[in-house]
Amino acid sequence: MTINLLDSRGTPLGNQKFTWKELVQEPISKLDDDAFTRVRIILMNGIEQQANRFQHHFSQFNGELRQALAAVRRAEHHQQTMINWLLSGDHSPIETTIAFEQVAIEVTAAVAQQEPDAYLAQVYRFGLLEDFDHMYRYAALLDRVEGKDANNILQSYTDIVPGRATIDEHRHPHDDLRRHYQKREAHPLSKMHALTIMSAEFQTRDYYMTIGPTFADPVARQLYAEIASIEEQHVTQYGSIIDPSESWLERWLISEANEVWLYYGCMQAETNPRIKAIWERFLDYELGHLELVRHLFEKYEKRDAAEILPQTLPDPIAYESQRDFVRETLKAEVDLRTSGMDFVSKQHENNDSLAYRNHINSQGSPSETVSAGYTWRPGTELSHGRRAA
Amino acid sequence: MEKATQIGGNRTGMDTSPLMAKEMLTGAALYEPTQLDPEAAYAALQGQYMRPDNNVGSMPPPGTMKGQLKTVAGKMRGRNPEVLLNKLGERLAYERTGVRLYEAFIRKCEALPDSASLVPLVDLREIRADEEAHFMLLQEAIIQMGADPTAQTPDADVSGVASQGYMQVLTDPRTSIVQSLEMLMSIELIDNAAWELLMTLADEMGLDILSAAFEKAWQQEETHLQRVRMWYERGIRNELMPAAATK
Repeated sequence: MTINLLDSRGTPLGNQKFTWKELVQEPISKLDDDAFTRVRIILMNGIEQQANRFQHHFSQFNGELRQALAAVRRAEHHQQTMINWLLSGDHSPIETTIAFEQVAIEVTAAVAQQEPDAYLAQVYRFGLLEDFDHMYRYAALLDRVEGKDANNILQSYTDIVPGRATIDEHRHPHDDLRRHYQKREAHPLSKMHALTIMSAEFQTRDYYMTIGPTFADPVARQLYAEIASIEEQHVTQYGSIIDPSESWLERWLISEANEVWLYYGCMQAETNPRIKAIWERFLDYELGHLELVRHLFEKYEKRDAAEILPQTLPDPIAYESQRDFVRETLKAEVDLRTSGMDFVSKQHENNDSLAYRNHINSQGSPSETVSAGYTWRPGTELSHGRRAA
Repeated sequence: MEKATQIGGNRTGMDTSPLMAKEMLTGAALYEPTQLDPEAAYAALQGQYMRPDNNVGSMPPPGTMKGQLKTVAGKMRGRNPEVLLNKLGERLAYERTGVRLYEAFIRKCEALPDSASLVPLVDLREIRADEEAHFMLLQEAIIQMGADPTAQTPDADVSGVASQGYMQVLTDPRTSIVQSLEMLMSIELIDNAAWELLMTLADEMGLDILSAAFEKAWQQEETHLQRVRMWYERGIRNELMPAAATK
C-alpha cells in the first residue's frame, strides 16, 4: 500500500460519522492484548489530543478558517474518544501510568534512532533517559502501594531500572529550551518526530495533572506532582525544537500528514484485527483531513503543499522493544546535563538549574522516597528469592 | 452456564516470553538500588501529612433538635450522639449504594439468562428490595434523632471510597456472574457485621425501638449473606468440577 501525501483523497469529511456505540467499543484486554497495542492506543490518543488542542488555538487566532477547523476538529475529537475508550476499566491509574511511560520510552527510543538530525536525535535520547527513570519510580509506587508487578503491563519489553535520576531532572526553565529545526532545511521526518513526541509528552503531563490529586497516599500525590513537573519540562523541550516561524496553516498541514504517517504505522504493526480496522479507518479519515488542509494551504498561502510535504510516507515508527538501544544510551549519556540549549557534562551544568533543583528538592524528594532501596523483581519485591535469574 | 475461567492468550507473567523475561532480570541486576531504608523514607514523607486532628471532614452541626423524639433525646444525654449518627449515615449510604449494586447485578443476570440456574432473579430482587427498605429505615432513624439524612457523614464518605472497586467490578460487562458474586459476598460480610454492631449499640443505649428494627434488618442481612455465599461457592464448584455439578 503506497500513500501519496500530495494526492490521496481518503474519506471525505462529510462521511466521517460516528454513533455512541461506535465510539465506545469493547476495550482491549489488559491481560491478553499485546503491550504494544496499548502503546499505540495511548500514543494515538495523545496525537488526537494535540490535534484538538492545536486546532482550538488556531481557531482563536483565525476567524476565516473557523468553520473548517470546527469541522475537522469534531472528527478528531471523536477519533480520540474511540481510541482512548479502548483502554479497559481494570487498569488502575498507576497501571495506566506504567503504560504511558512505556510509550514514552519505546516510541522516543525508536524516534531517536531514525531521526536524521544529529542534534534532535540527542534531544530525544536526553528525554528518553528521564522517562526511563520515571518508569522505575512508578514501578516502585505500583509495587509498594498496590502490591502489583509493573511487568504485567510491560510484558517484559521494557527494563525497570533507574535512568537519569528524577531528582536530577529538575532544571531552570531556560535550560529546557532547545534549538529548533529550520523549517526550510529540515527533513519532513524531523518535523513529524517533533510533533509526535511533543504530543505524547503533553498528554502525559495532562494525565498526571488530572490523576495526581485522585490519590490519597501522600507519596503518590508528591510523586505525581514531581513527575508532572518533568513532563512539563519535556513539553517545553520538545515544543522548542519546532520552528516558531512556521505559519499556522503550514503547521496544520504537517500535523495532518503526521497523523496519516502514524495511523499508517499503527495499521502496519497492529496484531489485534479489531484494533487494526480502527487504525485503517482513521488512516482514511486523516487522508480526508489532509486533502482538505492541502487545498486550504494552497488557497490561502498560495504555495504548493509539495514545498512542505514529501510525496511518500517515511518509514513508520518501529513498535518493538528498544531495550538494547536504551541500555547503550543509558550507559553513555546518563550523566549528560544542559546549559541553555547545549548538552554538557555533569560538571558544566548551568548554575541556574543547580539552584532551582536545590530549592525544589530542599524539603525532600518524592522520587527518591518511593524507590528507596527498590529493585524490580518478578512478582513484586515481596517475592524476593523466589525466582533467580 | 458458560465457564467464566478460560485458557487463552494471557500475556502477563514471566513465562510468556522466557527470553525477554531473562533480559528483564539481567537489566534489573545491572543497577544497585539506593541504600535508603524504604520504611523510614515512606514514614518520613507520610509523617509530614499525618496529624492527630486530620480528617476527611466533619459531622454537620446539630440542628435545633426540634424533630428529635423525646425518648431519643433522653437516652442521648451524656453521650456523643454524633458518633452514632456518623455510623447511621454510613449505613444509610452503604444500603443506598447496595441497591444500585444489586440492580447492576440483576441487569447482568438478565443479560446472561443461563445464570438463572445458579442465581434466581426473584431472590435477587428480594434482596434489592430489602436493601432499599433498610435505606428507608435508616432515613427514619436519623430523622428521629433530629439529624439530616441527606448529609454525607465522614464514615459514609470513606465507605463510599471503599465501595468504588465493587462498583467497577459489578458494572463491567466483561466480569462474570461468579466474579460479581464474590463482590456481593464481600459487601454482605461487611454489611452483616455493621448491622450487628448497630443493633448492639442501640440496645446498649436503651434505644429499644431502634434496636428491634435493626435486629430485623440484621436477620435479613444474615439471609442475604447465606444466599450470596452459597451461590458464589456453588458457582466456583460448578466450574471446577462440572461433572459433579450435573449429578
